[in-house]
Amino acid sequence: MRKGLSWFNVSSIALGFAFLYIPIILLVIYSFNASRMVTVWAGFSTHWYWQLFQNQQLLDAAWVTLRVAFLTATVATVLGTLAAITLTRYGRFTGRTLFSGMVYAPLVMPEVITGLSLLLLFVAIGLDRGFWTITLAHITFTLCFVSVVVQSRLVTFDRSLEEAALDLGCPPFKTFFVVTLPIILPAVISGWMLAFTLSLDDLVIASFTTGPGATTLPMRIYSQVRLGVTPEINAACTILIAIVTVVVIFVSIMTKRQEIERQKAERMAAAEG
Amino acid sequence: MASKATGRWLVLAVPYLWLLALFLVPFLIVFKISLSQDAIAQPPYLPTFDLSGGWALFRENFAELSFENYGYVLSWDNEFIEAYGSSLWIAGISTILLLLVGYPIAYGMARAPKSIRPTLLMLVILPFWTSFLIRVYAWIGILSPEGLLNQLLFALGIVNRDAPLQILNTDTAVYIGIVYSYLPFMILPLYAALEKMDETLLEAAADLGCPPFAAFWKITWPLSLPGVFAGCLLCFIPAVGEFVIPDLLGGSDTLMIGKVLWTEFSVNRSWTVSSAVAVLLLMVLVIPIVFYQNLQAREMERR
Amino acid sequence: MNTGVTEKTQKTIGGIRRSFAPWNDPQAVPLIQYKNVTKRFGEFVAVDNLSLDIYEREFFALLGPSGCGKTTLMRMLAGFEDPTEGQILLAGQDLVGTPPYKRQTNMMFQSYALFPHMTVWDNIAFGLRQDRMEKGAVNARVEEMLKLVKLEKFGKRKPHQLSGGQRQRVALARSLAKRPKVLLLDEPLGALDKKLREETQFELMDIQMELGMTFLIVTHDQEEAMTVADRIAVMNQGRLVQVDQPAVIYEHPNSRYVADFVGDVNILDATVEAVEPGMITLRPLAAPERRFRIAQDCPAKPGDSVAIALRPEKMRVEFDAPADPNVNCLQGEIWDIGYLGDLSIYHVELPGGARVKAAKPNLTRMVERPITWDDKVYVYFSPDAGVVLTS
Repeated sequence: MRKGLSWFNVSSIALGFAFLYIPIILLVIYSFNASRMVTVWAGFSTHWYWQLFQNQQLLDAAWVTLRVAFLTATVATVLGTLAAITLTRYGRFTGRTLFSGMVYAPLVMPEVITGLSLLLLFVAIGLDRGFWTITLAHITFTLCFVSVVVQSRLVTFDRSLEEAALDLGCPPFKTFFVVTLPIILPAVISGWMLAFTLSLDDLVIASFTTGPGATTLPMRIYSQVRLGVTPEINAACTILIAIVTVVVIFVSIMTKRQEIERQKAERMAAAEG
Repeated sequence: MASKATGRWLVLAVPYLWLLALFLVPFLIVFKISLSQDAIAQPPYLPTFDLSGGWALFRENFAELSFENYGYVLSWDNEFIEAYGSSLWIAGISTILLLLVGYPIAYGMARAPKSIRPTLLMLVILPFWTSFLIRVYAWIGILSPEGLLNQLLFALGIVNRDAPLQILNTDTAVYIGIVYSYLPFMILPLYAALEKMDETLLEAAADLGCPPFAAFWKITWPLSLPGVFAGCLLCFIPAVGEFVIPDLLGGSDTLMIGKVLWTEFSVNRSWTVSSAVAVLLLMVLVIPIVFYQNLQAREMERR
Repeated sequence: MNTGVTEKTQKTIGGIRRSFAPWNDPQAVPLIQYKNVTKRFGEFVAVDNLSLDIYEREFFALLGPSGCGKTTLMRMLAGFEDPTEGQILLAGQDLVGTPPYKRQTNMMFQSYALFPHMTVWDNIAFGLRQDRMEKGAVNARVEEMLKLVKLEKFGKRKPHQLSGGQRQRVALARSLAKRPKVLLLDEPLGALDKKLREETQFELMDIQMELGMTFLIVTHDQEEAMTVADRIAVMNQGRLVQVDQPAVIYEHPNSRYVADFVGDVNILDATVEAVEPGMITLRPLAAPERRFRIAQDCPAKPGDSVAIALRPEKMRVEFDAPADPNVNCLQGEIWDIGYLGDLSIYHVELPGGARVKAAKPNLTRMVERPITWDDKVYVYFSPDAGVVLTS
C-alpha cells in the first residue's frame, strides 16, 4: 500500500480548502479597501473600521447579542448536560423515545419552523417579546447540541471511576461533582462554546422571537446586507472572523501542547517501568 | 434512599419539562393555529380558546376549527406546492453536490499522515465557527455581475465586459451557497467514518488480488455508508427549510418554502396560513427526521 | 466431598508457623456469609441460590470462566448490585440495601479506576477524606500506604505518569487505605505481563499477611488462584462446583468440570468392575481388555459408568512394560510430541483411537530425545495417581 498522500488526496484537500477559505480571505482583503466600490481596489485603508466604531446601532446590537449568547450558553450547558446524563445513564424509562426525539430533532429542524412555533407560543402565553424571548428560544435549540457533545464523552466514560468513588465512601451526588464533572469538563466546555457561537450566529430564530429594542448583530447585518455589499459590513465580519480564529487556534494549541506533554510523561513512565 | 430517587428524578425532569414546554407545546400551538382562521384582532386569528367561558363556549370554539388553510395551501392555484417541490429539488441536488465535493476531501483527510490530521480537521471546523451569515454574504461580492469572479473572467478575456455572467440571483448561486455553507456538516461525518476504517482491510483486499479502484467500491464505500447517510441527512433536512441563502443569493423566481413561509408570515401577516405551511413542511420532513434520530440514537447506544 | 486430606495449609505470621483452617473449625464464625443468594438480570440467572462462608484473614479466590457469575457475586458484596433473593452478611450484619458508600468493603478494580485528575497522593487520600479523617492522620496513613507499595517518591505524580505496574500498586494502596473489613480484588493482575504478575502475586500475599486482612479475589487464571489463595471456589453457571484448598481442588477434583478447568487432565470413561474398601477396579472404554485399580473410596456400584481423571505429569511413558503388575498400564503409539523446554508432552494414541497425554521432565540436555514419533510405548500410572469422578 502507498504510504502518505497520493496526488489525488493532495489535490482534493487543496481544492477543498481553497473553496472553503478563498471567499473569507477576499472578504477580509476588501475590508481594507479605500473605495466604497467593492470590486475596485483603491489602496489600503482602515477607514471602514473607524466608521464601524462610530455606528452606535451596530455596537448596541453587538452588546445585545453577546449578552444573549452568554446567558444562552450557560443555561443550555446545564440543561444539555443533564439531558446527556439521562440519555446515557438511565437505561429505558417511560417516555424515553419522546425525550430522545426532542433532543435530536432540533439538530436538523428547519429554523423557520422552530422560530415560528416559539413565537406563537410566546404570543399564546402573552410574554412580551424581546431580550428574554430570544434567550429562551436560543437555549431551547442550543441545549440539544450541548447534549450531543456531552453524550459522546459520557459514552466512553469508564463507569468504574464512579464506582471506585462510591466504594471509597463518596455519596452519589458528591461523586458527580468531584469525579465525573472534572473528567468530562473539556466536553462541557466545548458544549458551552458551541452553544455560544450558535446563539451569536443565529438570524432566523432571533428574527421570529425578537421584539422592540432587541436587535441582534446578525439581524442588523442582514438588514444592511440586503441593501447591497458595504465595506463597513466587511470590516465587522473581519473583526468577528479574527476573534473566532484567535480563540480557536489558541484553544487547539493549548490542547495539542497538553497532549504532547501527556504522551511524553507516559513514555517516560513506561521507560522507568 | 428517598433523596437519591428525588435527585434522579430532578435530573430527568428539568430538561424534559423544558423541552416539553418549549419544543413540543409550540408545535401543538402551531397545529391549532393552522386550523384557525385569520382575523383582524390581537392575536390575529380565531378562535382563541377562552376557558372562562365554560364547556359550551369551548365546544363552540372547537367547532370553528377547520382544515380550510390546508385546502388553500394544497390548491394548485397557489404557488405553495411548487415551492415544496422546488425546495426538495434544490435540497436534493445540493446534497448530491455536497457528497461529490465532500467525499474526496474527507477521504484525503482520512488518508493524510496522522500528525497533520488534527490540523486539517480544525481547518474544516474553523469556518463553521465563523458566522453563517458572513459566509453567505462573502459570495455576494464574488458572484455579482460586477463581482470578483466576473472581474477575473474579464481580465482573462473569457467573458466580454458587456455581457457579464449572471450567477447572483439565480438557482446556481443558491446551490453554491448551500454547498459552501453546509460543507463542514458533510465532511465531518464522512471523515469520522473513513478515519476509523482499518487500513489493513485494503491491504487484505490487495493481497487477495483486488485492484485499488475496485477495492474502493467493494470495501471503502460500503464501510463509509453510515457516514454518507448521516452527512446527507444533516445537510438535506435543514436545506429544505433554508431561508437566508435563497433570500440573499437566489432570484425572485427562486421558490423555497422557508422563504415563502417567512413572506406569508411577515409580509402577508397570515399566521394561520404560515402555520399550515409549517405543519406540512414538517410532515414532508418527518420521515428523514425520524430516520436521522434513529441513526443518532443507535450511534450513541453502540458506543 | 473428599477424603484423606488432613494436612493443613501452613502460614507464617511473625516467624511462627501455624495452621490456618477456620473452615474446619465448627466454632469459627464466618466474616462473610452468602445465604441462598440469587441474582437475575432479566431472564439471565447470574448467581443461582448460592451459599458460601468466608472467614476472617482468609485469602479467598473465586475462580471460573467469564460469565460464570463470580464478578456478580463480588459486586453484590461491594454493593454495586443487589441480590434478587437471599442475604449477604458481613460480620453478622445484613448488607442488602446498604449503598456501596456506606459499606466497610473496598475494591480494587480491574481497570484500576484511578482518578485521572488527581495525584497519586490524592487518590490514596480520597477514601480517608470521605470519612472526614483529621488531616494529620490522613497524611500519616497515605505515607504508610505509599511505603507499603514502595511508591514513596511517586505521591505527586498523576496516574498517566506511571507505568502499568505502578498504577496497579496505587490502586491497591487506595483500596487498602481505609482498612476495610474485606478487600475485594477484581482480576487485579490481568493487565500485567506474566513476569510482573508472578512477582505481584507474592507481594499481594505478603501484604495480606502483614495487615492480617481478609482478601476476596476474582480471577479466571487458575495458576493465580492456586498461588495466592487459602481456599478456592470454582464456579460454573452461577453455582459453586467445589470449594477447597488449592491442593485439594487440583488433586481431588469433585467433578469433570473442576478437573478439566483446573490444570491439564486426561479424562477416560470407564465402567466399575468391583468396589472394595480403599480400592476400586475399573474397565476403561478406550482399552476394554485392561483393568485399572484406583486407590479411592467411592460411592459407585459395579456396572456404573464413571470417569477417571489423570494428570499428565502423573503418567509415565516408557518403551518397556512396568515390572510391577499392580501398576495400571496402557499401550499405544506416539502421535505427537510437544516440546516445552522443561517438559515434553507426549500424545499417545491408543489402539481404539483415543489419545492420552503424558508429561516427562527433560532431566538431561539432549536435543534428540529417545522417544519419537510412531514409537510403540507403554503409558502407566500408579493406583494413587488417578481420581474416579462420578459426576
